[in-house]
This record gives sequence, C-alpha cells and structure tokens, in this order.
Amino acid sequence: MSVLDGLRYTKEHEWLRLENDTAVIGITDFAQQSLGDITFVELPSAGSNLIQGETFGVVESVKAVSDLYAPCSGEILEMNQALIDSPEWLNEDPYAKAWMLKVKVSEIKEGELLSPEDYQKFVEESGH
Amino acid sequence: MAEKDYHSHATTGLILREDTIFERSSSGREGYRLPNLEVPEVSPKSLRRSHPAELPEVGELDVVRHFTRLSSWNYSIDTGMFPLGSCTMKYNPRINEEVAALPGLSDIHPDAPAEVSQGALEIIYQMERLLCEIAGLDACTTQPAAGAVGEFTGLALVHAFHKHHGSRRKYVLVPDTAHGTNPASCTLAGYETITLPSSKTGVLGVDTVREAVEKYGRDIAAIMITNPNTLGLFETNILEISEVVHSVGAQVYMDGANMNAIVGMAKPGHMGVDVMHFNLHKTFSTPHGGGGPGAGPVAVREHLAPYLPNPRVVHTDSKYSVEYLPESIGKVKGAFGNFGMLVRALCYIRHHGAEGLRAIARASVLNANYLKHQLSKRFKLSHDAPSFHEFVVSDALQAKVGGVKTLQIAKALMDRGFHPPTIYFPLVVPGAMLIEPTETESLQDLDRFIAAMNDIADRIESGEETFADAPTKTIVGKVDEALAARRPVLSLDDRAL
Repeated sequence: MSVLDGLRYTKEHEWLRLENDTAVIGITDFAQQSLGDITFVELPSAGSNLIQGETFGVVESVKAVSDLYAPCSGEILEMNQALIDSPEWLNEDPYAKAWMLKVKVSEIKEGELLSPEDYQKFVEESGH
Repeated sequence: MAEKDYHSHATTGLILREDTIFERSSSGREGYRLPNLEVPEVSPKSLRRSHPAELPEVGELDVVRHFTRLSSWNYSIDTGMFPLGSCTMKYNPRINEEVAALPGLSDIHPDAPAEVSQGALEIIYQMERLLCEIAGLDACTTQPAAGAVGEFTGLALVHAFHKHHGSRRKYVLVPDTAHGTNPASCTLAGYETITLPSSKTGVLGVDTVREAVEKYGRDIAAIMITNPNTLGLFETNILEISEVVHSVGAQVYMDGANMNAIVGMAKPGHMGVDVMHFNLHKTFSTPHGGGGPGAGPVAVREHLAPYLPNPRVVHTDSKYSVEYLPESIGKVKGAFGNFGMLVRALCYIRHHGAEGLRAIARASVLNANYLKHQLSKRFKLSHDAPSFHEFVVSDALQAKVGGVKTLQIAKALMDRGFHPPTIYFPLVVPGAMLIEPTETESLQDLDRFIAAMNDIADRIESGEETFADAPTKTIVGKVDEALAARRPVLSLDDRAL
C-alpha cells in the first residue's frame, strides 16, 4: 500500500493535494485496494460546492458501493470527466491519473485531516 | 467427519449448453394456432405495426427444452446448501405449497367483497395476531411486499407519528453493520442517515448512541437496528439504547431480517422496539424469489397503529370486515400484500406451534455455532463472541499465506458443490464471509461444507492452488466481473459488438 508524502488524508480514505488555493482530490491506494475492481464512479460537476466531511459522490466496485467524503470545503472548478468513462484508473493510478476534483478552497479544517505518517498509522491500527 | 465425498456434489456431467431463444428462431416456425375471428376485424391503420414484432419463431418443444435446460442450471435450496448470510435460506416445506394451492385460496379474487372472502380475511387477521404475539407488539400490517418495503413503511409510520405531534425530524441513526437497504430506505423516506460505528466487540455501544443523541437531539426521527446484527451478535445494549433514543422522542425500528435466531425466544417489543418488519421469506420459510414474491409485514406498538396502511381487517361479532383508518399513511401494496405468502407463512407457524418455533431458533443457533467452531480452526473469525444464527470469518489467513482472497474462496466453493456464503458483507470486516447455515441443514451437510472449506484452506496453505481460474466445473466458468459491470452486455446486439 502506498501513502504519498505531500498529501493530506481523511479517515474515509480520500487524499487532498494543495496547489496554492486549489485542492486536488482523490481516493487513496488503500481505498482502491480494499474496494477491489472499481466499476463506476459518480462525481458532482464543476460549479457545485463541497462541504468538508459531507458526501460528494459514490464509487462502486464489484464488492460494494461507497460514499466519498469531502476533505475540504469549496467550489468545484473541474471534474475529471475522463475518469467517469474509465473508472479502472482508480485501481491503476489513484494518486495521479485518477484525480477526481479540483476545488477552489474556501475552508480546510486541518484538525480533521491526517498527515501521511498519521494516515499510514491509522490504516495499520484499524486492523487492515 | 465426512472428509471424503463432498466432491460428489459438483461434477461435470450431461450439462447442455443453451443459446438464447432468439438464436433458436427459424423463420416461419410457430407453436400456436389462433382460432378464427368471431367478431368483425377492426384495425385502424394508425394502430397497426409498421413491421412485425421481433419475437423468436420457435415450436412448442423448442420452448420447453429451452426453459427446461435453463432451469437445470439453477442452484437453489432444493439442490443443496445455500449458506448465504443474513438471507436465511432455509428449506421451504412442501406442505406450505399444498395448502397455498388449495382452490379456495389460489382462485379467489383480491377485490371480492368481504362477505365472500371471510376465509381469506381470517388468514390475514390471524397472521397479524400471530406476528404481534411473536414481536411482542400491538398491531400489524401484512401489506409490504418485501423487507425493504417493510422498512419504508415503518419509516413512513414514524414520519406520520412525528408529523401528528408537530415534530419535523431529519435524521435516522443506522449502525455501520446494517443491511444496505436501511440507509436506502431512509433516503427514500426523506431522511438523512447518520452512520454509527459499532464497537470493537461488534455491537453498538450505548455511548456512541448517546453522543449522537446529544449532537442531533430532537432532529432524530428514529434508530434502525438489526438484532441480532449482521455479525450474528446480539445487540446486548439494546435496552439502554432504546431508552436513550426514546429520551428525545425518537422511535426504535428493528430490522427483523435476523429473527430466525430469536423467534419464539425473545420479543423485540420487550427490547424497547416500537416498529419492526418481518421477512416471511426468511424466518417463515416462504420462497426467496423464483418460487414466489417476498413478504415483509410490519408490526408496531399501539401509538403507531393509527397510521398503518389501509385497508385494515377487523373482527367484530364473529365476522371479518374491512375498515379504513382516517390517519393512515395509505396503501403500500394492493390486496393486503402477497397473499399467497401469508398463507404459506401461516401454515408454517401453525404447523410448528410455539414450541416448534423455539426449536427452530435453537437449532439455527446451534448449527451456526458448530460451523463456526469447526471453521475457526482454519479461518480467521471476525469476533470471538457467542454467535446467534450466523457468523463472519475472513480471508485474512489465506491472503497472508497464499494471496488468496474471499472472492476466490467463494468461487472455489462452487467447484465443490456449494453456494458461497455472503461475501464482502458486512462492510466492517475486510474480506468478510457471512455464513448462515439455518436449522434445516443436517450435521452431514454441515460436515461436507466444513470439509470443502478445509480442502480449500489446505490447498492454499500448501501453495498448490490459488483458485485464480475457479470456478471450472460450472456451466459458465470464471467471469470477468469488473468488465461485466463496466461494459454490460444487455442484448444480443451488444454481444455482437
């Protein structure tokens, strides 16, 4: 399982990368591994708003359907349309090609996010 | 133990391949002859087809063979063990079918007036009374067509109750071990779901509920709790949880999917439950799909009774009649629900009686615990606590040794002649296999299942097999599930692509 430096993580297994005041959002390598083959992804379109901690979309695999939780609040600038057509990218390249949203950040509650080290520990301790 | 012959269940014999019925079509062939018209032909041009319907052109024998062959591919409880956790795949006794097929029950019309439907109304009325007795609750509706319809109905009753008391509420609390239908029903009923994490021991902690109640207070409409839960564990804090939830005027909904474990032994009404559904096709042995529709009656405490679906069957002066409640939520299904299922379930309950139902619960728990004890020698148990009618093991040991996951173990079981258990559910256990043998499996069949599971574990541990290509003995071999979901072939035209 890979956890990348320079990203922040949620306990629900999303990652967030800050580029100035724009956040790029996706799901972690651990998330894709536990979900198995991902077959469907549903994301909100540009212009709509995220609220940190609330659900913003759905990923579906051969095993289960899972909600996605926003790692920050803000307005969606761009949604990865190509990912909708190729959900398998989430299994192949969760940190790069399978980014989900670019968001103009209005607020990040840092206390609810984990550093790479803490996320790694969180995953190991939750017995996975 | 019968290590020897579980293989005898799964062989490749004279299994005939079968194309779609459209591929059997031969131009001009028919299996019917229409009688001559006895009335003048009226056929306005505007209503005529521009080209013939694309129906298969086949003879009667083609049709009979096609569907008979397909039926031989089916695997059902009548073929073998079906340990699908939380589904209670028990044997459906044949006497149920005999009774349901009686002309007086199978030939009646749902809209026949009450005066000529006294027997049918009595069956509905008796069924309601028996389910109330089993639930420890006051009133019941037999209308809901399945468990999920029952959930929706129950939540609609809760909503009507709050509305009547001038209270607008937003949330329903649902533990993370719940069936997926629970949050889905909440959404359908207009509520938002608050997911409550279960504790390390697998049950819901009182503090978790208390925290949610402090945070959301009188915005909480209800809690939906399954008892025993989908880990096969009894929610030991249920009484305290009910008290905490009631303290803000919220209702306790019990998902009765797992009633088989406690039927006749414990009454949800004594646990503080206000409303619950039964799955007649689980606990009371009516068929799951194929052989018939489901049935999900809902039982409630007195304060929710005024809102039950219309019409209601009432019994006065030794006569049955139909009455409409002014504050009812309305109909949730026509004709008092799937009446044929009520007949079968009533037959089952009457056939067993109270003592028989208790014996069913005891045997279902005994079977599950025997299986759990034997399988725990080779597979990782999710929770080392006394189980009820089902339990969860995972692929942790097999994944570590041979990289073999739950999906492959399930497929390997098919090659050994068993329907796999529920897999990857509940979601709280990674690589879960949720196993429910039910009371109707014999010790010999349980032992065959254990032998099959042990054989799979042996082969993984010795490095002999990874089951990457399983199943190989089924009519359709290993399928690419991801591709099937991503690019489904839904018609012959798709298949050609």
